[in-house]
Amino acid sequence: MTMEVESRREVSGEDDLARQELVVNVGPSHPSTHGVCRVIVHVDGEVVTKAEPVIGYLHRGIEKMCENRTYLQVVPLTDRLDYVGSMYANWAYCRAVERLASIRVPERAEYLRVIVCEMQRIASHMMALGSSAADTGAASMFIYAFDERERIVELFEELCGARLTYNYVRPGGVSFDAPEGWTDRLKDFTNNHRTALSEMDRLFFGNVIARGRMKGIGVLSAEDAVSWGASGPVARGSGVNWDLRKHDSYSVYPRFDFDVPTGSNGDAYDRGRCRLFECYESCRIIEQAAAQMPEGPVKTDGLSRLISPRPGDAYDHIESARGSLGVYVVSEGGPRPYRVKFRSPAFCNLALLPMLAEGHTLSDLVVVLGSLDPVFGEVDR
Amino acid sequence: MALVDRIGAALDRTPGGIILTSVDAVVDWARGRSLWSMPMGTACCAMELIAASFAKFDFDRLGTFPRPDPRHTDVMVVAGTITRKMAPAVKRLYEQMPDPKWVIAMGNCAVSGGIFFYDSYSVVRGVDEFLPVDVYITGCPPRPESLQDAVLQLRELIATESIAPGVRRQRELLLPTSGDLSFGQRPGVVDEGESG
Ligand code: SF4
Repeated sequence: MTMEVESRREVSGEDDLARQELVVNVGPSHPSTHGVCRVIVHVDGEVVTKAEPVIGYLHRGIEKMCENRTYLQVVPLTDRLDYVGSMYANWAYCRAVERLASIRVPERAEYLRVIVCEMQRIASHMMALGSSAADTGAASMFIYAFDERERIVELFEELCGARLTYNYVRPGGVSFDAPEGWTDRLKDFTNNHRTALSEMDRLFFGNVIARGRMKGIGVLSAEDAVSWGASGPVARGSGVNWDLRKHDSYSVYPRFDFDVPTGSNGDAYDRGRCRLFECYESCRIIEQAAAQMPEGPVKTDGLSRLISPRPGDAYDHIESARGSLGVYVVSEGGPRPYRVKFRSPAFCNLALLPMLAEGHTLSDLVVVLGSLDPVFGEVDR
Repeated sequence: MALVDRIGAALDRTPGGIILTSVDAVVDWARGRSLWSMPMGTACCAMELIAASFAKFDFDRLGTFPRPDPRHTDVMVVAGTITRKMAPAVKRLYEQMPDPKWVIAMGNCAVSGGIFFYDSYSVVRGVDEFLPVDVYITGCPPRPESLQDAVLQLRELIATESIAPGVRRQRELLLPTSGDLSFGQRPGVVDEGESG
């Protein structure tokens, strides 16, 4: 079922020789679709003439389920959206609720949120780099990258007891304070991580095979990136210098000194390399945040468990590992939200696939898809 | 002692190179030790499924190796939410696996629908609605260790099977029980019954 020919259609080329256009079905269970995506690919020989992603295989109705739950009970659902980077949806949702209900967050909680989200960015990028490297046949890169992710998961586990679905950021703060010695272990991690990143850069991005497979594949121009609503490393790989942490700064990000890496060619190679460089920047942010973090409470005092904001709506967005993740919450005054809507960057980025894959071979399609780094929990919701 | 070592030791004592055992025992041993898995990872649990095969957990040492092609595999690990749209594809992949085959339902979603049990309109309430599940592991997501434990339990289950159709050998499962002496007395674990 992984790949199969669906139909054949006669097409004639310029030289009047009879040719056949094949329709090949990739997925929904294919190792390189990073989840349950199905792509219907029309190929002429080996060249893709049209690629249509079919989504919805992981549509779990999370947005609808949010309407049946109290504001606090929605937080675990947001974990399951982007399961490679659970902290982002937690935080984006909490920011929207805090804006709606005018909840103030203690400063230490803001610092902890920044730290966990930057760690999550590293973990998510490691997964993206590793799996897209595995698509090009570089399985060893996946092992190196996943090992780094595992280190972060261990730190998260110390912090909140969960390895994947953290439920850590809550409206009004975070669920637990950092345990003793955690920031020291964090520092050890960032130190070692820099070495590992340079190693991975040489291992994979310096490798002639990876360059051959990724350079010039799926070129996205800066204009297209903007007009298609791409964000995150996909847009930055094309040279669009747009990062919400810098350009619509939120939380305590203005206090940190960091750069926004951008690419120039907009191909799969630049998108991947952008992710790698972002990990260096995340290390810088984590170190600064850990050094500046004040003492104090991590939860707002006296916040009712049954948050009932006044009628109204609120939108907030943060920069997730995949781009701008927005959450729109509408309240009718009750203890449950009337509507919760997620603006998912993975969905917008996946929409680029038909345009980017066209004209490349079938084997390059998986490179393009991997470089867009979709997570289907977030695409389908 | 592993079976291979026991065979080696037995061969030492019998110079003719003959050992006696039942066909079932050898077949079950061979099947249970190389359960190649079809990773049917659809959602969050897939991350833990991947983690189980990489460094630190290293699934390979149990003989379980993920192969994305159903025709190469013995056990389907359903890791993640199965939606109504996805279910026919999962069923078809299961049908493509050669016999004998087993299914592990990993995570609450695959067991019962999990967090989506009550009010989701699109989630299948447990993969056992359309597949015969052999081992269930709970957790949202389960730890990679539980997945490895599931494979060990599956081995025990396989050891009761016979190649004669429909026959199950009487064999006690080796799972620890609360009456088991070694249970609760692992190093570092305080037995509450004694200390209290
Ligand atoms: S059991 Fe939990 S972690 Fe696993 S797929 Fe379902 S929601 Fe995700």
